[in-house]
Amino acid sequence: MVTRKELTPLQLDALREVGNIGSGNAAVALSAMVDQKVLLSVPRASLLPLVKVSELVGGAETPVVGIYLRISGDATGSMLLLLEEKSAQELARLMCPGACGEDLDTVQQSALQETGSILAGSYLNALAQMTGLLLKPTVPGFAMDMAGAIIDFILVEISQSEDYVLVIETEFDVMERKIRGHLVLFPDLGSLDLILGRLGVSG
Amino acid sequence: MEEKQVSVGVAEYHVTHNPHTLVCFGLGSCVGIALYDGRRKIGGLAHVMLPDSKAISRKGSPGKFADTAIRSMVREMEKLGSRRKDMVAKIAGGACMFHIPGARNPRNVPGPCLGMQIGERNVEAVKRILEEMGIPLVAEDTGGDYGRTMRFRVSDGKVTVSSIRHGTREL
Repeated sequence: MVTRKELTPLQLDALREVGNIGSGNAAVALSAMVDQKVLLSVPRASLLPLVKVSELVGGAETPVVGIYLRISGDATGSMLLLLEEKSAQELARLMCPGACGEDLDTVQQSALQETGSILAGSYLNALAQMTGLLLKPTVPGFAMDMAGAIIDFILVEISQSEDYVLVIETEFDVMERKIRGHLVLFPDLGSLDLILGRLGVSG
Repeated sequence: MEEKQVSVGVAEYHVTHNPHTLVCFGLGSCVGIALYDGRRKIGGLAHVMLPDSKAISRKGSPGKFADTAIRSMVREMEKLGSRRKDMVAKIAGGACMFHIPGARNPRNVPGPCLGMQIGERNVEAVKRILEEMGIPLVAEDTGGDYGRTMRFRVSDGKVTVSSIRHGTREL
């Protein structure tokens, strides 16, 4: 099993490339859906101690919307679309222009959930093509709450026997509409050897 | 000793005899467990993720599991001079965070809950272990579908639980 020390700079580079290509594909999908330009940050790939994960999105108490999918198939893991509250409202407004209340109603929640599903799907498609692995996302779950509370749930699924998690994270930005969010892939560490092998950088 | 705030992160625990405030930020399905010896003003707070260390072969840190976290905290509190018979417990968290929008489960919580009902199992495990160890559970704010921040003031044992959608309450 891969541990923290065993990830080489080359392997981290390859994982960043996964983030690049995956989120690039997702950004194209998002851009087509909202008819706006979408900017992407340089992806980060790092092994983080459990305690540090919620700092990625500005601390455990930050109110966020999370759309979460579990990945099954040849490799397993989790995928999370995180949006700060304001961004989620703005994105929901773009997705269903009729409704524009301050609080997200069920229709808007479904719209965001569907957006998460499409973005994760495009991301995973790219990853599947790169690696030749079968990756099947589940129906997405929805939560609107403190970032820490949302992330701890995901950590449970992926960190039963590890104190570190591998996080591949990209920030995206719909400039015109002030929508910012994070797309995060958490490959299970048990699947990491397989993924690295397929990327041609096994240890 | 100056009062200060100590953040107890995921899979960590912290034991002290100083008048600090121990905090678990953003508990979701995780459970915050405050153990308090009011006679000696010794307290500990754990932020556990999983119910049982025995179910898993590669364990990692003791703070991650309900059983090992509670036992470790009790041991460290005893080292500071506390007695188990003087300890009481307050717990918070154990929520089910993700649901499918629009769907409701039989308990009328937005549902179905995704994942392995881990929040509920965490709470059950914590209660069972406290009972086994003879530590009374005097207050709890658990379950539901929302995240919580739990603050535990060791100077007087007061526990405050706050959330985004359901306000703040004292335990």
